[in-house]
Amino acid sequence: MRDVAIIGVGMTKWGELWDKSLRTIFTETALLALADAGVDKIDSMVVGCMSSGLFVGQEHLASLLADSLGRIPVPAARVESACSSGGLALRQGFMEVASGMSDIVLVGGVEKMTDVTGCEATFALGTAADQEYEGYHGLTFPGLYAMMAVDHMHRHGTTREQLALVAVKNHDNGSRNPLAQFPFKITVEGVLNSVLVADPLRILDCSPITDGAAAVVLAPAELARKMKKPAVRITGSGQATDTIALSSRRDLSWLESTHLAAAKALAMAGRKVQDIHLFEVHDCFTIAEIMVTEALGLVEKGRGGKAVEEGLTARGGRFPVNPSGGLKAKGHPVGATGVAQAVEIVKQLRGEAGDRQIKGARLGLAQNMGGTGGSSVVHVFEAD
Amino acid sequence: MAGIIGYGAYIPRNRIRVEEIAKVWGADAPSFKKGLMLEEKSVPSPDQDTITMSVESSKRALKRAGIDAREIGAVYVGSESHPYAVKPSGTVLAEAIGATPAVHTADLEFACKAGTEGMFIALNLVRSGAVKYALAVGADTSQGAPGDALEYSAAAGAAAFVFGAEPLLAEVPETYSYTTDMPDFWRRENMYYPRHGGRFTGDPAYFAHVTGSARGIMAKAGLKPADFKYVVFHQPNGKFPLRVGEILGFTKAQIEPGWLVSKLGNTYSGSSPLGLTATLDIAQAGDLILLVSYGSGAGSDSFVIRVTKRIDEVRDLAPRTRTLLDTNKVYLEYGAYAKFRRKIRKAE
Amino acid sequence: MPTPSRYWREIPQRYRLEAGKCKACGFIAFPPRVICPGCGGREFGPTKLAEAGRLLTHTIIRVPPGPFEDQAPYAVGIAELDDGVRLTAQVVDCDFSCLVVGLRVRLEFRKLSEEGAAGVIYYGYKFVPE
Repeated sequence: MRDVAIIGVGMTKWGELWDKSLRTIFTETALLALADAGVDKIDSMVVGCMSSGLFVGQEHLASLLADSLGRIPVPAARVESACSSGGLALRQGFMEVASGMSDIVLVGGVEKMTDVTGCEATFALGTAADQEYEGYHGLTFPGLYAMMAVDHMHRHGTTREQLALVAVKNHDNGSRNPLAQFPFKITVEGVLNSVLVADPLRILDCSPITDGAAAVVLAPAELARKMKKPAVRITGSGQATDTIALSSRRDLSWLESTHLAAAKALAMAGRKVQDIHLFEVHDCFTIAEIMVTEALGLVEKGRGGKAVEEGLTARGGRFPVNPSGGLKAKGHPVGATGVAQAVEIVKQLRGEAGDRQIKGARLGLAQNMGGTGGSSVVHVFEAD
Repeated sequence: MAGIIGYGAYIPRNRIRVEEIAKVWGADAPSFKKGLMLEEKSVPSPDQDTITMSVESSKRALKRAGIDAREIGAVYVGSESHPYAVKPSGTVLAEAIGATPAVHTADLEFACKAGTEGMFIALNLVRSGAVKYALAVGADTSQGAPGDALEYSAAAGAAAFVFGAEPLLAEVPETYSYTTDMPDFWRRENMYYPRHGGRFTGDPAYFAHVTGSARGIMAKAGLKPADFKYVVFHQPNGKFPLRVGEILGFTKAQIEPGWLVSKLGNTYSGSSPLGLTATLDIAQAGDLILLVSYGSGAGSDSFVIRVTKRIDEVRDLAPRTRTLLDTNKVYLEYGAYAKFRRKIRKAE
Repeated sequence: MPTPSRYWREIPQRYRLEAGKCKACGFIAFPPRVICPGCGGREFGPTKLAEAGRLLTHTIIRVPPGPFEDQAPYAVGIAELDDGVRLTAQVVDCDFSCLVVGLRVRLEFRKLSEEGAAGVIYYGYKFVPE
């Protein structure tokens, strides 16, 4: 397997982009990545998108976007694993370059979520759950994560305030991210007074509905060196699956798929989690970030809430988590998130993260997750 | 001898008081309460309907019957609020209890006596040897037009009976039906609320048919009111069953155990059947019960029922009717009631 | 919303709680599966779920998906039934204040939703406090 580098990244401002269609959002973002990479010709395209079908009635997406980008007849594939579609697209691109199958691969993630009503979006997102035995009973994603939160609070003593601190931290980081959907700070009181979505989760515990895209250009590391690009290598990739239904899990608030995917990615990279300087993780809900920090081994199982309180995962903490603002402040255009995590890590490892910069960052880890943990994709990145 | 081998009741837990309804329409609550002897009625939750209540009451009946549902040869659901106009409630019920596929099923409608209709058919299928066991349910989530007198009484509930030759908890030695054509209460296809003839629904309708049926069965069976321990009449309001009892020569004590309406309301196809389940809950071996239903349109089915000693073994295998009626209640305001009963017009 | 055929296919599970018990290791699969997640076995015998259990977790859904728009807010929970099987369903006939981990519940047949005024009505099970 060849070493793989990211030679270009692109991302535009995320939010409710009323005047931009899915294809426009993707094309503009992809062009930024290609310009950053300094390449024009690509050998292949991989697109991560959870549900262009339910959101905009469009399938056959990769071909449409290859067309939109003016790159036909390049081979293009769309991959899907609910909210980890972006991370999965990155993994597919990585495997294509690592195997020698392709040299320059464009990996993009995109989601256009505001062309449907709130109820329709909730339904579309709910298709990441078990349709016949969770969705049929009226479950939603906030509802499923709320049940994980109730279990975590019941068994480990995690508090409502600790959940709020995750959102506060991520907004503090996101307030320094000009591309974030919500680049402003919030308070614990603000979180605790926001409207209930699924008890105990409130609207400020939940990542938003967002339109947006992110893209990276992959190349063999050797080629990147020849091109004299500041390269960041993908040194580890891991993916794992778990039961689709939350009720099938033995432990209702432990993310086994993240635990396994991270172990695989770190083993491939020849690293331990303690070596990593920054983490971009899947805070679809505040409780998710707490569970992820435990599954990654940043803290002992059950202590994720306490750790946030102690500042372990703050920008200046031992394990900075979500310096970009995370899904909460940056936004969560579902299929784009996994790729945007890579964009942030690349910027950080290049030293280009402005006032979000984690000093001396040379190693990063991205964790992207689908459903209630039915799939997890983890990548490790290293600066050359 | 054929008869009842299992019975079960289901009453939703929501209630609304007469005062609460009267307040909204500017009506005089005390006169409704006094005139109709009504205090409160049951209200179905949005997730309860004739089918769900039929299933739960039937499961309770099966617990008391102690039989394998696969041996049920016929299933009838009588209601005037079947959830579908076309597609039977009976098939959902048969499927839910596991009686399919070797079963006959039909939905019945005859205003408030569709439940006893099914009981008449089920009993006679068993008597004739056509089936080993037959299930009949009377269930309704009837609607009263807003502001109309019937809004105070239209309620929800279900009663289910499994008929067989054994093991009997009550023999049913005699039946009689009295039917004429009579437009006292009706609902046209595609209309949301029923209409009725006011006082015309009294003497020439309810009273004529109930007395006709009761006298008919007593003559046929050679029995008189004093021979019965209990009598259950259809209960559209509190007054009618007491008055018809008086006219026929029954005492209040005979009527009392099955007289649920003042706290339950009129559960239409479930009305006299639930009166019967409440009576069976307290009856003793050897007791004779007379059941006389009434359905507008109009007709009345009568049954002579003789309780066996098996009643003692089975009555507490499922909840008693009065327990369902008197405990675990939740009182609604008119707004919640109107929302539950879909009386509020919503966007398409 | 399920299509009529998708709804009909799950009737034995939704109406009668029919499950599959692995002949090799005894794992109860609900809904029934082709392959046992416990031991990889391929042979199952018919069984039915227990009809009561206790809540492991719960929440109240206040922002519903489209088909459940009329019903919000409603409670849902995951219960561990008396046979060890875990099940997800709505919790009804209880004040929200009665929702606690450990609450004893039983299963009752209720209406889940319907496809508007003219479509199919969807039935199934819900939890009711015991």
